[in-house]
Amino acid sequence: MSVRRRWTFALAAGAVVALLLPCLGVPTFYVSLLTQTWIIAIAAMSLDLLIGFTGLVNFSQAALFGVGAYAVAIAATRFHVVGFLPGLGLGITAAVVTAALFGLVALRAEGPGFIIITIALNQIMWGLAYQWVSVSGGDNGITGIVRPHIGPLDVSGNTGYYYVCLVMFALAFALLMTIVRSPFGLVLKGVRETPRRMRALGYNVWLYRYFALMISAAFAGTAGVLFAWYNQFVGPVNLSLDQSTQFLIIVILGGIGTIFGQFFGALVVVFLSNELSAVTQRWMLVLGLIYFVIVMYAPGGLVVLVPRLWARLRGRPVVLAADVPLEDR
Amino acid sequence: MMQLKRLAWLAAASFVLASVGTATHGAGAQGKVFKIGFLYPVTGIFAAPGKYMQEGLELYLKEHDGTLGGMKAEVVVADDQGNPSVGLTQLRKLVEQDHVDVVFGPLSAAVGSAIVPYLEEHKVAAVYPIVSSDDLTQRTPSAYIARTEWTSSQPTHVLGDYAYKTLKYRKVATIAYDFNFGWESLGGFIDTFQRDGGKVVKEVWTPLVTSDYSPYLSALPHDVDAVTCSFSGAAAVNFIKQYRAFGLKMPLICQGNTTDESTLQASPDAVGMITALQYSAAIKSPANEKFVAAYTKAYGHEPSYYAEGTYVGAEYLDRGIAAVKGNTSDAAAFVKAIRAVRITDAPRGPLRLDDRGNPVENIYIRRVELQNGKLANDVIATYPNVSQFWTYPPADYLKQPAYDRTHPVCNACGS
Repeated sequence: MSVRRRWTFALAAGAVVALLLPCLGVPTFYVSLLTQTWIIAIAAMSLDLLIGFTGLVNFSQAALFGVGAYAVAIAATRFHVVGFLPGLGLGITAAVVTAALFGLVALRAEGPGFIIITIALNQIMWGLAYQWVSVSGGDNGITGIVRPHIGPLDVSGNTGYYYVCLVMFALAFALLMTIVRSPFGLVLKGVRETPRRMRALGYNVWLYRYFALMISAAFAGTAGVLFAWYNQFVGPVNLSLDQSTQFLIIVILGGIGTIFGQFFGALVVVFLSNELSAVTQRWMLVLGLIYFVIVMYAPGGLVVLVPRLWARLRGRPVVLAADVPLEDR
Repeated sequence: MMQLKRLAWLAAASFVLASVGTATHGAGAQGKVFKIGFLYPVTGIFAAPGKYMQEGLELYLKEHDGTLGGMKAEVVVADDQGNPSVGLTQLRKLVEQDHVDVVFGPLSAAVGSAIVPYLEEHKVAAVYPIVSSDDLTQRTPSAYIARTEWTSSQPTHVLGDYAYKTLKYRKVATIAYDFNFGWESLGGFIDTFQRDGGKVVKEVWTPLVTSDYSPYLSALPHDVDAVTCSFSGAAAVNFIKQYRAFGLKMPLICQGNTTDESTLQASPDAVGMITALQYSAAIKSPANEKFVAAYTKAYGHEPSYYAEGTYVGAEYLDRGIAAVKGNTSDAAAFVKAIRAVRITDAPRGPLRLDDRGNPVENIYIRRVELQNGKLANDVIATYPNVSQFWTYPPADYLKQPAYDRTHPVCNACGS
């Protein structure tokens, strides 16, 4: 079986399992953790577009995520905008506009400079959420966000909302894969590898980065909206630097530049952080060790672990694309 | 063939998942056990006061043979990490997986307000032994929550009155945390102090995480009778130390968390500070002396209000369960029964809950003093039966905007 067919098969099997899970008697708590996984994975995929394909390590992804969440939360609780599409549209617009402003500032720098500026931008948004109480509810955040109906469908239950997020994840995944494989995506890779050469070839590197940032924001905003409906709460923690770091950890765990790997990264982070804390008070230490082991022994991310183990089982050592450092590909 | 084999694997995997599912489901309902979902910060920035909550509950259960209201109590711990998002996820686990009978906690006000809609939607009873945000029992009360400790502004209403009438202060400046708790706790002080006739000439707000207070301390005017403050935990220790190191001579009168027993021994410079709170480990009453002795024996340090609050919260649970004869399935009725409980001999004194679910209780004016080589919050005045609405009719009080950064309006700022 060719690699391509194997992936298609794995994807199809994964989709079947994902579709059936809520019907298999899985406790609702785990269904809701999986729902959270789909949402966080969308946000992590959006960050992967920047880190893995454009070479921009963005520490303000949580701000974009959070702006989407706050937009839908404010619209729902203050202005009674409760529809699915209006909510989604608002969240995406808010995130894209924010990214458009961020880009004007942050993209003046590259590398470490870009990182520092995005950290600062994220802190500004956090400060706004924390201090602008009349709009954001301050530290107490915004509660009472009602999950929307989709047309005549009531998807506000655990299972219904699980499917909403699953479908949104699938859509986001398909769109992002299309984007990174398009000519536009190829230019982004060029920008990541050798911005100077791309400039020499006549590409407007700045503009490509700017667009990538806004596209990424659209997905981050989508995740933010879904998260606001999921938790029915939005607070400053959702756009904190901690949240940005968590997205980054997921991308590193899942596999930079793999898009799909972010699902595994999100799965590990969401489940471990919620399950380990019930087992031991030292769960952060354990989590740290697990991250360490993964980064040491699966540097390409979790997504390459499965094919690698599969190959080893069949006695065929293979070199996977993701194992090769980015510069050498 | 390969495909079939893989499908078989998949089927097996789904079967395992499904059986895990049913197994956890089955464990929920059995026997006459009362399950407490204890949601508190085991880790994170509030872990230190969280420890006191854990000890308070543990001590109460130990003294009552592990039973509440005649039922065997089982504590299911969930760590909210002081983070509302995590708190919500952990709450789902407590309710949907562990099927707890009551949610007991949390500590952080942000977690406390974030989980309200979920509690109401799923009709889950909750006892809040620590969370103090005003509106939880004021403008937006919930029929599913009994709060057994206090509102942020309850002790500081008293402090404002005491500062004007007894200490004869006329002009103060304020400094506090720049977030809800700081605003609400100082709001109470500013409200009563200004209504009595006092002047607040400057309000300084400091970021939640600050290690260097000097830029904020130098903003304080020196020609005031006193400086009113509100901090807690490590911030309180840091603030007091730097205030003294700065050589500021104005007396400090503060919200009680600032000199709470959980950090008091780390603040030798706190001597002489006057603070207000609903509890002090130095209250001289048989009930409190017994509690402090038992607690100190068990854990090797004095109880703080976090410990006493959780201890008393557990007593509310205990007597609430007894009142409904263990039939806690109707959450609203259960909470109503808890609210009807009157406790006459809690360590902090007598208390009852008002019809919005907040205690009417004594507020103590305490002065930090060195007693037998240790610092203590010596009680110098007691205001009995203080309501969350101070002396105002509740309806009038609720018409005012909630205390925040700009309410009540500072009457002499900039003059």
